Amino acid sequence: MNGAGQPIRWSAPPLIANAWLRRSLIAGTVIYVMLALASLDVNWQRLAEGVPRAIRFVSAFFPPDFISRWSDIEAGLLESLTMTLTSTVVGIGLSVPIGVGAARNVAPRWVYFFCRSIIAASRSFQEIIVAIILVALVGFGPLAGFLTLSFATIGFLAKLLAEDIEAIDPSAPEAIRATGASYLQWLNYGIQPQIMPRLIGLSMYRLDINFRESAVIGIVGAGGIGATLNTAIDRYEFDSAAAILLIIIAIVMLSEYSSSWIRRKVQ
Amino acid sequence: MSSHGTTLRLRALSKRYRTGDLALDRVDLDVPAGQVMALIGPSGAGKSTLIRCVNRLVEPTSGSIVLGSTDITGLTPRGLRRARQRMGMIFQEYALVERLTVMENVLSGQLGSVGFWRSYFRRFPEATVRQAFAMLERVGLSDHIDKRADALSGGQRQRVGIARALVQNPEILLVDEPTASLDPKTSRQIMRLVCELCAEHGLAAVINIHDVQLAQLFVQRIVGLRAGRVVFDGPPGELNADVLTEIYGEEDWTASLGGKQAASSAQAALEVEEERLAGLT
Repeated sequence: MNGAGQPIRWSAPPLIANAWLRRSLIAGTVIYVMLALASLDVNWQRLAEGVPRAIRFVSAFFPPDFISRWSDIEAGLLESLTMTLTSTVVGIGLSVPIGVGAARNVAPRWVYFFCRSIIAASRSFQEIIVAIILVALVGFGPLAGFLTLSFATIGFLAKLLAEDIEAIDPSAPEAIRATGASYLQWLNYGIQPQIMPRLIGLSMYRLDINFRESAVIGIVGAGGIGATLNTAIDRYEFDSAAAILLIIIAIVMLSEYSSSWIRRKVQ
Repeated sequence: MSSHGTTLRLRALSKRYRTGDLALDRVDLDVPAGQVMALIGPSGAGKSTLIRCVNRLVEPTSGSIVLGSTDITGLTPRGLRRARQRMGMIFQEYALVERLTVMENVLSGQLGSVGFWRSYFRRFPEATVRQAFAMLERVGLSDHIDKRADALSGGQRQRVGIARALVQNPEILLVDEPTASLDPKTSRQIMRLVCELCAEHGLAAVINIHDVQLAQLFVQRIVGLRAGRVVFDGPPGELNADVLTEIYGEEDWTASLGGKQAASSAQAALEVEEERLAGLT
């Protein structure tokens, strides 16, 4: 069946059909990257001087000293863990109704826009900025941290939850609606089972993020292990700082493994 | 559940989608109590729209729908929920809540008559639970009560869907392509089960179905829909090549009407079929 008129070559159609547009985009990107690289004014001499300085700085972290500041570290750690857990629980509690309200397929228009703007507000402020404002509002300490992390959790969890609800398979909810179920029953039977694994997974992930963030916002005065770390660095006690960093890494790794284990279990 | 009279009455029912497509064009249809009716027609003829208009999963544009003596079109949200309880629906892709157990899926048929917290904690009234157990036994799923719905085969899932619809104690079943995702043997078993249950409970049913032969085997009346209009309405025996051409368009229909010699009496065809399947099962 080798017809005479059949073409023998075939290549996949390009992503951008217009050849002129395609070539000028490629050329433009190459030129921009070259210009940008050329504009980086690297001072090689300064870099060479900096290397031993950096080595000295890093070596001050060794050996890590867990002992001399242990009571401070312990207190900071407990504060951080408390802050993490409470803010995650409160954050989830707030995120679930907001997330449901921000899903286009289950909420009326005006609720949708209201909830979306809460999420947008929460997402547009970085944790540190929120922490600075809240420290100014409620004073130094873990309360500011707790409020910051609760607020930040909404932007993360409610947004991803809403997107998950919007992507559900509509057939089961339709069937539940057809039984004469009320709106809340419909959410409970038609929607919730489909998003539950993801909600649990995201919550575990957020717990992990909130712990890491608690270390960061402590630096601007929101309490916890971050405050302890900041104090250690301010006092040039780099060996204690190294101990704190190692503990943070260990806890983050631990929560990483346990959360991925839990996520696998609920699939 | 009166054993005589009309269960469902549609008058000048029209549905125009926002895209401008006229899915239903002034459909008049009466379904007497206890009658199992098949709705056939090509894809896009409005079959699915028609049964979804009945329980207002799709809002009709104009016309009236009367179930028993209730005008469905003019109901408040609460009234609509109560009316939906009286109509059991069975779906093409089963539409089960995959991550819930078989029992939870069946009990969800009673959501309309229990309060939110009872349903939230799965504390359904004893009578409902007893009925659900009985219904699961009737459809042959007694061994799978606590399994998750997504652990079942296609035929088993559709049985759960049937049990869920029956637990509602409906007056009519709205059945949307019940066999489209099933193999031929399971399709027949499911159709037979639906029709038997309708007979046992004196239910009327509107069954959307693609498979004309299957419809002829099991139902008492066939309504053909084309482009939103009723173009055929009669007993299965009256279906012939001309009628099928009228509904679906030009095609060689001899194979689809294979059971035509027996189809003069649909009952005879049913018996032949049952005999053959007895050997299979």
